[in-house]
Amino acid sequence: MELFLHQIFSGLATGAIYAAVALAVVMIFLAIDHFNFAQGEMAMFSTFICWALIDAGLPYWVAFVLTIGISFAGGIAIERILFRPLHAAPVLSHIIAFLGLFFILNNGAGWIWDFTIKPMASPFPEGSISGLIGYHEIGMIGIVLIMLALLYLFFRYTSVGLAMRAAAQNPESAKLCGISVGWMIALGWGMASAIGAVGGILIAPVVFLEPNMMLGILLYGFAAAIVGGITNPAGAVAGGFMVGVLENLVGTYIPFVGSELKLTVALVLIISVLMVKPSGLFGRTTVTRV
Amino acid sequence: MTAETQVTAQSVDPERRIAGLTSGGWRCAATAIAILVAVVLPWTLGSFQTFQITLVLFYAIAILGLNILTGFNGQFSLGHSAFFAIGAYTTAILVERYGVSTYLTIPVAGGLGFAAGFLFGFPALRLSGLYLALATFALSVATPQLLKYNHFEDFTGGVQGINLLKDSAPFDLPFSVDQWWYYVTLAITLFAFWMARNLINSRTGRAIMAIRDNPIAAATMGVNTALYKTLTFGVSALLTAVAGALSAIVVEYVAPDSFTFVLSVYFLIGLVIGGVGWIPGAVIGGAFVLYVPNLAEGISTGLAGVLFGVIILLVIYLMPSGAAGLVRLGITHLRRRLDRDNNKA
Repeated sequence: MELFLHQIFSGLATGAIYAAVALAVVMIFLAIDHFNFAQGEMAMFSTFICWALIDAGLPYWVAFVLTIGISFAGGIAIERILFRPLHAAPVLSHIIAFLGLFFILNNGAGWIWDFTIKPMASPFPEGSISGLIGYHEIGMIGIVLIMLALLYLFFRYTSVGLAMRAAAQNPESAKLCGISVGWMIALGWGMASAIGAVGGILIAPVVFLEPNMMLGILLYGFAAAIVGGITNPAGAVAGGFMVGVLENLVGTYIPFVGSELKLTVALVLIISVLMVKPSGLFGRTTVTRV
Repeated sequence: MTAETQVTAQSVDPERRIAGLTSGGWRCAATAIAILVAVVLPWTLGSFQTFQITLVLFYAIAILGLNILTGFNGQFSLGHSAFFAIGAYTTAILVERYGVSTYLTIPVAGGLGFAAGFLFGFPALRLSGLYLALATFALSVATPQLLKYNHFEDFTGGVQGINLLKDSAPFDLPFSVDQWWYYVTLAITLFAFWMARNLINSRTGRAIMAIRDNPIAAATMGVNTALYKTLTFGVSALLTAVAGALSAIVVEYVAPDSFTFVLSVYFLIGLVIGGVGWIPGAVIGGAFVLYVPNLAEGISTGLAGVLFGVIILLVIYLMPSGAAGLVRLGITHLRRRLDRDNNKA
């Protein structure tokens, strides 16, 4: 029983990170209708920035907030410079552009900060509550929940949030209402980048910091977004927690999976959900007119 | 008479044909020259360069496979490294564990690749565009882990992979090992390209392209879209698996970390560089993904990946139709210039 509870809690903790990554993926999907294959690398790069700031002597929380600001600006810059000129380009061009960004960030981080594995500090004390859940894991869940609450308030109660929702739902009408859809998309990129950064910084103490740390996490983030419904941010978050718990339970209780086939679990999950229920658990079904 | 019909009238003008043959004649000439160059090349190069152009060739086969799927059938794949790995591992396992002749393993690898691609084609049927890209992305990210999986270790060699040795030229032919395998690869490449061209120019090829252009209209015309899409996936994976088998033989080594997501990305980039939906482009794409990363490494070792990323972004912005677009542009220019000269005369 204790093992079971422990697995559930630590699943919820990694699930929080998947939720953050999934949410970032969904935000960009809602803005430009594409999967950001470089989302993980953006988060990784942000995490390195945070590490460098802490290394330079800044206190953890200052570095944390500063990194989120830098990531936000970086996300907007990426949209303005790289993806704005491509907005009418075919899908394949977008995929290649995401992959180009992937290479630049991955190798750029390796070039600036080296490919060696670095330990990342955790702001939370070591140890755990009666062996069930570590303080860092509680912190991960807590920070992600706070972030989600803030996002909810932003989208529900501010005019910019409303404008962003309008721009995502119906760009033409939004434009007619005087909303700058282009800037709303840029804002979406900035926020996605910042949300991803939070996920990266929080998971780094668990998986260790190195340029390739996010590939597996991004895959689980995608799986979470697909399970929850790619068109529904709240669904993606729920999907993140579910996928995190599922990953741990499958790894623990199905003997041949272990920790060695975790990525295959994500693969099977993505393909089966896309086949059985492509809109995910909470997504809306899109109907195309022929 | 409109200007356009005049141009066509001129293009069948016999005088003009001497200057530029007919377009079909030009194509034959270009192919002949390319094959001639390919045959002569290893005699002018050292063994390492010969080895490298062999790599270009099997990359070209893999990219050709992806081109049939993406360029002609409109299905995206970021997962072709998995089919490449199937080919490579089939050859390595058959040769090393069961002592099968190296040459025999190539068709076996192709057959297994076809089966795997055909089967993967079924879930792919239900996924359009982006979602298929995502599913295949997951496939290629999961592949190295599956290859390392310790319950398969007796077959796959786990993390260590498998070493093999390539046979030298049979019948005391006067080729070095590298040259021999270059010619074997070249022969398979030519065969693959010939088959691909015939496939695309056939009734089946027209059905494949019709599905890309308008699946509903294609289905209305009586094309069995599901069957053709899964078969295309199979053929595409077959070619990529053959390329993988050749890679195992030529490189003499297979290991899980050679078949990562990055390899799939290389195929996709090679496809876009060569030109989506243009068969000869695969060779240009193959050369690009082999030489450009090396070139970038030559400029700066640490920054190689960054430079590579910048280069592919520039390609997307500046020549989104790849080498195919460049060639087409060149031909149009040449034609215009010729027309101008003819008008003056």
